[in-house]
Amino acid sequence: MTELIQQTVDGLGRGSEYALIALGIAVIFGVMHLVNFAHGELITVSAYVAYFLFTLELAWWVYAPVIVGTAVATSIAIEFVAFRWVRGAPDFTMLLTSFGVHFVVAALFVMFVSANVRNFDRPDWITNTISVGGINLEVFDLVTIAVTAITLLATVYLLQRTMFGISLRAAAEDFDTARLMGIRSNRVIRGAFVLAGVLAGIAAVFVLMRTGRASPTAGLTPMLKGVLAALIGGLGSMGGAVLGGFALGLVEVLLLARLPDGWVGLTNGIVFLGIALLFTFRPQGLISVGHAERV
Amino acid sequence: MSLLEIDDLTVKYGSISAVRGAAMTVASGEVVGVIGPNGAGKSTTLGAVAGLRSPAAGRVRFDGTDVTGWSPDRMLRAGLALVPERRRIFVDLTVRENLLVGGATVGAAERSRMLDEMVELFGALRARWNTSAGYLSGGEAQQLAIARALMSNPRMILMDEPSLGLAPVLVDLVFGLVEELRRRGRTLLVVEQNAVRMLQVADRAYVMRSGEVVAGGPSAQLAARADLFEAYVGRSAS
Repeated sequence: MTELIQQTVDGLGRGSEYALIALGIAVIFGVMHLVNFAHGELITVSAYVAYFLFTLELAWWVYAPVIVGTAVATSIAIEFVAFRWVRGAPDFTMLLTSFGVHFVVAALFVMFVSANVRNFDRPDWITNTISVGGINLEVFDLVTIAVTAITLLATVYLLQRTMFGISLRAAAEDFDTARLMGIRSNRVIRGAFVLAGVLAGIAAVFVLMRTGRASPTAGLTPMLKGVLAALIGGLGSMGGAVLGGFALGLVEVLLLARLPDGWVGLTNGIVFLGIALLFTFRPQGLISVGHAERV
Repeated sequence: MSLLEIDDLTVKYGSISAVRGAAMTVASGEVVGVIGPNGAGKSTTLGAVAGLRSPAAGRVRFDGTDVTGWSPDRMLRAGLALVPERRRIFVDLTVRENLLVGGATVGAAERSRMLDEMVELFGALRARWNTSAGYLSGGEAQQLAIARALMSNPRMILMDEPSLGLAPVLVDLVFGLVEELRRRGRTLLVVEQNAVRMLQVADRAYVMRSGEVVAGGPSAQLAARADLFEAYVGRSAS
């Protein structure tokens, strides 16, 4: 039982990162019907900025706001440079554009920085544990879960209680009618990219604290996990994306902990098999969204 | 002077002209109907006025300003709101949130004032305030669509087939609302297939057929022209 609780907390910690990334992907999908495979570049660029801060020997508490700011700036730049020009194009064109952004950013880092992995120090405290009633919990997991919970509550408030949030949800449901109501498309799309950037930036802080390295493909795996989480939750559903993120994190950690030695390498395979089974019986994902379209 | 002037408007879908040389005017405080059979070009004309479609030729003037080809949000900011065909309410948003979106172009104080006015005007919606709009009945949804258009406090409202798909009792409700808006001095241009009911509530009307305006004038005169009515609308006004 003690082990199960520890693994659950560990899974929720990992799932928190996926949930934040998946929510950003769901927000963008909502307003543009785009599965944004360039979302991982927000983490890749942030990773190199973290490495740069490391070379300046700055403290980690400086990293966090700079990483979030970098992710937001990168998100705005990608929207402005790439997606604005294909807005209104067929979904497949936007999908290819997002792949293009991913490959171009990776190539730029290979050309102008290095193809090699750059390592930087992780904070000292992330391996600390605390004991609660005989259960050892990692401080890093607890911090990740707490910050994610606060971020998600703030996001819910933003989406439910502010004119921006209500406009964004209206645009996510029916963009053309939202425009008929006078909602400015540029403003709502830019706002969606800023929100996705904030969420990815906070996720990036935790990903980079855990991995302590920058590479041209640093954001690839977190992005793929985020896309999977958004699909599991039901693409287009913001609540579903969060649910999918936590579910994916929990399943991954429980499989890693419980599979016999020698079988651990099959974790991803089993996860994908589970997702395939889920879509066989529930193609719409965990939460149905009537207005969403799959790309 | 007319608030809205449509002059020699032509709208094409590819090489096919859906509207040819349409001309209409709407004065401030007037309720004007556009009637005609299915495929007559009524909704296309309305779409071109609202900015949903670009005209191939002709002019649209709103309060003396040439607004031809303006985008829908620009038209709304100029004071011209649209109640779209089939309502197109946001089913995942609550009734209150739908109304707030309708007031996106006005300031917070004006939005709050209009929200109070909508509560007074649409009593049925008050009880459903925090209900997802997807759970509303057809009549409630149509009321919400009209209330949402009113939230920007527009100078003129365009309605596209407001009674489409509604049960007869709800059709009465919708036309009752049109009459109420007229009593309140609102200016309306209403595209409607239910010609008999439209002529009962409109000050004037235009009859369209095959993309052209074939008749126009005071509703009472048009309703009395049995020949025209039967030829172009397909049934007797009586």
